[in-house]
Parts: sequence; structure tokens; C-alpha cells
Amino acid sequence: MTAATTEFVPPSASAGRSLWYDAWLRFKRNKLAMVMLGVVLLYVAVGIGVAAGWLTADWKESVGPSYAAPSWEHPFGTDIFGQSVFRKMIYGTKISLSVAFFASLLSIGIGVPMGAAAGFFRGVVDEVIVWLYSTLSSIPGLLLILAFAYALQGTSLFGFKLTGITSVYLALGLTSWVGLCRLIRGEVIKHKDRDYVTAATAYGASKTRVIFRHVIPNVTHLILIDFSLRFVGFIHAEVILSFLGLGAKSEPSWGVMIDDARLELSRGYWWQMAAATLAIFGISLALNIAGDALRDALDPKIRT
Amino acid sequence: MLSYIVRRLLYTPLIVVGVLLVTFLLFRVVQGDVSSDIAGKNASPETIAEIRKEYGYDKPLIINTEAARERGVLAVFDSQFFHHFKSALTLDFGRSRSKQKISTLLMEGAIPSLSLTAPIFLGLLITSVSLSMLVALRRGGPFDTSVVVVCVMGMSLPILATILFGQYFLAHKLGWFPVFGYEPGLAGAKYFVLPALLGMLAGLGGDVRFYRTVMLDEIQSDYIRTARAKGQGTLRILYKHLLKNAMIPIISKVVLAIPFLFLGSLLLERFFGIPGLGYLMIEAIGARDSQVIMALTFIISILFVLGNLATDVCYALVDPRVSLN
Repeated sequence: MTAATTEFVPPSASAGRSLWYDAWLRFKRNKLAMVMLGVVLLYVAVGIGVAAGWLTADWKESVGPSYAAPSWEHPFGTDIFGQSVFRKMIYGTKISLSVAFFASLLSIGIGVPMGAAAGFFRGVVDEVIVWLYSTLSSIPGLLLILAFAYALQGTSLFGFKLTGITSVYLALGLTSWVGLCRLIRGEVIKHKDRDYVTAATAYGASKTRVIFRHVIPNVTHLILIDFSLRFVGFIHAEVILSFLGLGAKSEPSWGVMIDDARLELSRGYWWQMAAATLAIFGISLALNIAGDALRDALDPKIRT
Repeated sequence: MLSYIVRRLLYTPLIVVGVLLVTFLLFRVVQGDVSSDIAGKNASPETIAEIRKEYGYDKPLIINTEAARERGVLAVFDSQFFHHFKSALTLDFGRSRSKQKISTLLMEGAIPSLSLTAPIFLGLLITSVSLSMLVALRRGGPFDTSVVVVCVMGMSLPILATILFGQYFLAHKLGWFPVFGYEPGLAGAKYFVLPALLGMLAGLGGDVRFYRTVMLDEIQSDYIRTARAKGQGTLRILYKHLLKNAMIPIISKVVLAIPFLFLGSLLLERFFGIPGLGYLMIEAIGARDSQVIMALTFIISILFVLGNLATDVCYALVDPRVSLN
């Protein structure tokens, strides 16, 4: 056999598409999901605009008589103080999105390292973390959030007084890491015996480096999918908490608007209720549809 | 299998201790002494001291070394921590701010709550499972697509809007149902119809979507094709073959749905004036009655833990594969 002398020529390697680019191409094909992504971005832009003070900084101003019906001038009418309901609705975007954002941040900050540690080290660390999240998941969701929000209300943390909306951030963040932690733990257990982890350990990467530089990037897409759908839950929870008086106090949020509208509705003033419902419905629908499309695009298991 | 059940049984007390620790941390450590809050603005120092004594805020948090020195070693347990454990385990939660026994309040609230959640639960289960089987049968068709669209829209609607608009239009405007009220016994059934319907409506979207995925997984199996090839009717295939095989995910979902039932009833009870546990919870939040909130959180969690335990044990008995994990 003389063929053995032939030099091995590696097959020409064209740069492969990354998982993310690949997913984006698939996502882009879904027209409805693209529209919904646009809607989500619009909400985010509005939220940032309000936070920066460019939009509806004048929501407090009285623009007409109290309970004026919707008109061209005031698209959703006015409330008891003659304030524009439309402006309040726009302003509420900031509260709602900031709750979803900070709660997610906190929940990722707790859930990802804990899940990774539990899955990677196993043993006692795993036992303790599993016990902790089993305990928290034994307390029914809304009850746990209510108990946290209630107890945190008015207490101070590192000299920083928790009032209204900040205790909502904390309550949602501290209770919602459980699902993520469980997910990451399961994935890390699956990944830790794979060849790439053995290889990384063999060339001397530390455990922290293996976890954060090698394993976590391989499960990031799962975190993203989890959160695109969890966002809706955060937004709805903020509404219920604010409605129960455990949330926003001195600024309009969609939950506060619904609380105000509760008594107005029986007197026939439906517009404030309608405005808040519409705002919540819009972002929830967009997130639900875009989130589903994102999962289809990112999850390689259900690729067709 | 036996070892699995024993392990599962032994783990349950650990979870109960965990729940006790969480409630202690929240209501005693984080929130701390609320006696001046309870007493009101113009209370005398004596009243505040009395309230502190009643709720035990005058005792140290974890261990009482001072009492141990005076009254012997065992008095070291005379602290908020051990009283918290004792009151929870003996189900004696003391009195509410309105001076009623909390354990009595809990027992009285359970019946109205269950009369609302049980019909919602059963109605929702039957409707969503049946609907999802029909939808799975016509996968990808216009019926399937429109049901999915309606479900996603239903999931996006905030539950408060469903309740408030439903109450406004169906009870206030059209007068089909009483707006508000409660009467014990069968005579009060008319007050439950609208809240039960609205509760079902709020949960339907998410449930149908979930069961649809379960059914789609099953409907492509060989046994369905075999049943079809044998010439069996659609209804028989659905209820005799498909439903039996989809039972495990359905049961898991049913148990997981129990805490969400509480969420539904919490708000529904508030709006329709049903004096159940949800109503009690919302009243307690308004009155800043920590003891009642603590007791409710503990009791509901324990019920949930026991329910979960029962399901897991049933699984192990029914499906031998479970105990291998």
C-alpha cells in the first residue's frame, strides 16, 4: 500500500455559522415573531424614554376636567384629577419594564452561580442548594412573592430604605431564581462529563474558569429562552403587587391604574382600566409570541 | 421502590423545617419588631410594651442566655426562634389583630375557599384536556391554529382585567349573575357561579396550550395508528387510548396547579366578597397583620408539601421507573 505516503489534506473548513447567527436566521423567517420583537423593542424604547425624562415627565399636570371621556386630545380620557390617562399609561411602562429587568438581573445573579455550583461540585454543596430551592418551591408562587414583598416593605438594606417598587424588585428576584437554578443544575450535570470539559481541566483550567468560561456559555441560550417567557410573569406579578398596595406608591404603574379604575368601572368610567389592560396585554402578547419563536430558533433539539 | 418512598418520607420534615426557617427569617428577622406599628400612632409606651410581650418581640431572636442564667438551662429556648417553631408545629398561631384566634380563622376560611377552587379546578381540567385532545387531532389545521391564537391571547390578558371586566359586564351591566355576596350552604351557590367561570376562563389559555403539547407527543405514537387501523372510533381512541397514556404529565401538572388555584381565589374572593383564605390574606396585608400572613404561608405550604409527597408516592406505586431516579 503506497497510498499511506499521501499527505493528509484536511477538508477545507469554511467558517461555520455560530448557534446565535443560525438562530437569528431562523427567527427572521418568522414574520409574526419579527413584528412582535419590534413591539417589545418599542416598549423598551418608551421605558428608557420615560426613565430618562424625555417622555411624559408632565404626567402629574392636570389637562382637563376629571373623568373626561376619550377624545382626540386625550386618547384615553382623564382620571379623577384630570390627569391624562394616556400619559400615565406611557409612564407605567417604565415601572413595569424596570421590575422585569431588575428581577431578572437578580434572579440570574443568584440562580446561575448556584445552579452551576450544585451541578458541578455535587456532594454537600448540591444537597444544600437543592434543599434550599425545594423549600422555596414548596411555598406557592404568589404567596411567596406576597410574603417577601410584605416583609421587605419599609425595611432597610445596607442603609438603603426599601420603599414601594424596590421591595418588588427584591421580592421577585429573590423568589424567581429557583426555576433557573434547577435548569442550570441539570444542564451542568449533563455537560460536566463531556469531552470539552475534560479537555479544559486537562490543560489546567481552574474550576471557576471551567464553569464560567466553558460550561455557562454552552447553556446561555437556555437562560435566554427561560427569561423571554418569565418576563411576562414578572410584569403580571408587578401589576398584582401594586394593586394590593405592595408596589409603586407615588408614581403611576399599570397595577396602580387598575386599582384606581376598580371603583371607576362601576360608575361607567372604563377608560383607565382599558388603557392599563391594553398596555399589559400588548407587551405580554409580544413577549409570549417572540419568546416561543426564540425557543424554536434556539433549541437545537426541536430543529427540523 | 420502598427505599425511594422511605427517602421521600424522610425528606419531607427537612422541607417543613426549611419553610419554618424562611418564614422566621422573613417575619422575625427581616421585618422585625412591628409592635409600635400595631399599636398605632398615639399609643402609650405601656401599650407598646404589652403588644411586644404578646407577640414575643421582647424576647431575644435565637437563644435566651439571660433567662438561662436566671431560670436554668432549659430557659435558653425561651426565644422568638423556638416559639416560632412551637406555634407552627402545634398549629397555635395566637390571635389576629382583630383578637380572633388565627387557627379558627384558618378553619373557617377553608370551606368558602374550597367551594370556589374545587369547581374551577375540575371544570378547568375536564375542559382543557378534552379541548386539547380535539386540537391535537387536527394538528396544523385552521381549528388548531385559531385555538392556539386564542390561548396565547388569553394568557396575555392580566387576570385582574378578566375579573373586573367580567364582573362589570356580566353582573353589573347585564345582570346575569349577582355582583357580590356570600351565603353558607347550597343557597349561596348562585354567588359562586360567576367567579368560578371567570377563574376557569383565566386559566384556560395556559392549560390548553400545555396539554396540547402533551397530546401532540402522544398522538404520533404507534399505538394510536394501530387503534385507527383496527377501525376504532375517534372518541374511543381519544378517551380510551390517548388519555390513558397522557396521564402521567396530566397528574404532574394537576399537582403543580394547586398553588396557582390559590392565586386565582385570592383575587376572586376579594372581588366577589367570598370570605375564604384569599380574602383573609388580602385583609391581613391591608391591616399589616404579620401573624396571620405567616400562619397562612405556613399552612398552605405544608398542604402543598403533603400533596406533593402523596403524588410522588403514588407515582412510585404506579410506575416502577420512577424509583430508579
